[in-house]
Amino acid sequence: MEPTLSPAGYAALTILLLPLAAAVVALACPCRDPERTANRSIGAIALGFILSLGLFFFAGDKAIETNFNWLSVGDLKVSFGLLLDPLSKLMLLVVTGVGLMIHIYSRGYLHGDRSYSRYFASLSLFTFSMLGIVLANNLFMMFVFWELVGVSSYLLIGFWFEKNSAADAAKKAFLTNRVGDFGFILGIILTWAALGSVNFTELASAVELGGRLADKAAGFSVLAEPLGKIFQSTNWWLVHPNVLVTLVGLLLFMGAMGKSAQFPLHVWLPDAMEGPTPVSALIHAATMVAAGVFMLCRIFFLLDIPGSHALEFIAWIGGFTALLAALMALQQNDIKRILAYSTLSQLGYMVMAVGLHSPQSAMFHLTTHAAFKALLFLGAGSVILACHHEQNIWKMGGLRDAMPRTWWTFRWGTLALCGVWPFAGFFSKDAILAAALDPAHRNIPLFVLGVFVAGLTTFYMSRLVLVAFCGNARSEEASHAHESPGVMTWPLVVLAVPTLLAGAVGIDAYLAKALPSEHAPHNEGFLNNLFAPFNHNILAAGFGLLAVVAGYKLARALYTNAGRDPLPDKLGVLAKMARDRFYFDELYEWFISVTQETLAKVADWFDRWIIAGLLVRGTHGTTELFGRALRLVQTGSLQTYAFLFAAGVVLVLAWQLLLQSPAH
Amino acid sequence: MNVGLEHYLTVSAMLFCLGLLGVILRRNVLVIYMSLELMLNAANLALVAFSRFNENLTGQMMVFFIITVAAAEVAVGLALIVALYRKRQSAHVEDLTSLKL
Repeated sequence: MEPTLSPAGYAALTILLLPLAAAVVALACPCRDPERTANRSIGAIALGFILSLGLFFFAGDKAIETNFNWLSVGDLKVSFGLLLDPLSKLMLLVVTGVGLMIHIYSRGYLHGDRSYSRYFASLSLFTFSMLGIVLANNLFMMFVFWELVGVSSYLLIGFWFEKNSAADAAKKAFLTNRVGDFGFILGIILTWAALGSVNFTELASAVELGGRLADKAAGFSVLAEPLGKIFQSTNWWLVHPNVLVTLVGLLLFMGAMGKSAQFPLHVWLPDAMEGPTPVSALIHAATMVAAGVFMLCRIFFLLDIPGSHALEFIAWIGGFTALLAALMALQQNDIKRILAYSTLSQLGYMVMAVGLHSPQSAMFHLTTHAAFKALLFLGAGSVILACHHEQNIWKMGGLRDAMPRTWWTFRWGTLALCGVWPFAGFFSKDAILAAALDPAHRNIPLFVLGVFVAGLTTFYMSRLVLVAFCGNARSEEASHAHESPGVMTWPLVVLAVPTLLAGAVGIDAYLAKALPSEHAPHNEGFLNNLFAPFNHNILAAGFGLLAVVAGYKLARALYTNAGRDPLPDKLGVLAKMARDRFYFDELYEWFISVTQETLAKVADWFDRWIIAGLLVRGTHGTTELFGRALRLVQTGSLQTYAFLFAAGVVLVLAWQLLLQSPAH
Repeated sequence: MNVGLEHYLTVSAMLFCLGLLGVILRRNVLVIYMSLELMLNAANLALVAFSRFNENLTGQMMVFFIITVAAAEVAVGLALIVALYRKRQSAHVEDLTSLKL
């Protein structure tokens, strides 16, 4: 493809490069006034947001692709390309929009921090990497930015690296992500080996072509033939093509598992709350963890190849994560950790939606979730700052009168997260529940699980709100709490708008242009959209609302004016397990220490006996043995030498004369 | 009896072997030295015999050289042995081990 850029392409490139420029400038020339670094970062992302808005409304729905050749090795051509389609345009809007609010908020939250410029440099670097993932037009470029996101999240989680827990959390997040990325790159290589391309557009057309040609009844797929060739030519692994297609899907999903913190790689996300609260809002609610879901939607056509069983697995992993995280959230007392587990749970919903053949509802939920979860995290940050860095909800209480603006916005965020009509969360969650009931891919167990998790969500969020905001102040700090400055509360107010409205403005219909769906939702105007879920599938909407009511009633009964948590008495060991996160961290720690111990023992044995024993000491021993043996010959007696010499001559003569002469 | 080349060579070989045995078995440096001279003279005998029977004077010329060099060698060697004896009061090879570890 010719490296020509349309105006839209230029705009996309500018959006991508502005934060990088801000980060480079902040790091290369640290100025005396850190506020200017902050302003530059904010300016970069604000400009990006305006350009994204322009692209979103004026660039049209046609996909625009720009390709530059980056490097070519043999058959592999890696290009640096930007792909602008409805999916990436929506995601651009989410990343820059939510990011902008969080940048502004950070300016107030971190005011006076020693490493103010470093913070904004990392934040801009992160924005750059995330935009790279969104705009990437091929898997390799996505992988490069994927890793960059990992690095910048490492920098931001470990921002307060003087604290051991923050440094450990950063390492844990990075390493856990690496485990997933390992599978991701294997999946990319396998995809390339099978289809000969890593470009999304080319991959999609290849899969479509294969779908038309292949014998669907036999479950044959486009990957079958070339992969079969690879494996048959080496003849070491003769497997059914369906297994290979599934394998490709699962390996690619591993990447999403790491980034989107799905079971069993979910352990890093709650620990990542060690970072500053705006970082938690940006990375661990709105953008980075959304990268996994975004990637799954981007490559949905690869997961959906007939014969592949990857989607079923993805759906169950997502559902299981949603349930597990919601149960863990029940017994957490740290306000940020509750939100972290609810993020995990909502990510589980999104992944489940992808698995239920409904990527557009996953993206829908991602978009609304980005808005209201960022709002919740920023609200939590405001609360934490007001209570002088107290994060335990049992030491708060009564904040509702002290911080009216935070209280209102936080409550809206909670309502959206619980899925209360007409807040945004209701519509996206309903779309996912409806996908579980979709006749084409009906999955009743997952529907029940989804409804149950919705109930749990309402329960733990109501617990958080009732304990932290209502009742009486339980500590000195909470009673002296006062509202945060405007630079922090105005982003909350701005984010509250999409929290209320994003559900019914037709995001799902917009997404249907980019993603395949059996019966695309139509945008019928705001008012009609408001009631569409009830017309479309009354069962899903009804059960969803029922779960919300049940969860709220239960939480209200238990936690109104409660001095301490009544659940441990009622649930006993289950509550303790939930509080201790079902011992996953301990299990992993045990597993890692056992494997490492075994590995170390084996290495030690090898070193001691093979390297040191056999090789080093063996060489030395053999040499010495030969030396000792040869020393016996060196008597130092001239006559012995003369004798040996004469004997040698005799031997040579005898050999020459007796054996070599012709027989006579 | 007609004396031929073989007889000379046999005598020469016997002298050579006697000399070699002396070098290997005897312990006195002086005797070893004499045995060495015996071996040289065995070689001389063989060369002279070849010269005589092949009617070629080259061999005899070589013998003259050997005798000359041997005489010079005897002068040096005996001087060394006398000097050694004066120093150590012994001419036995078992006693001459100061170079051994």
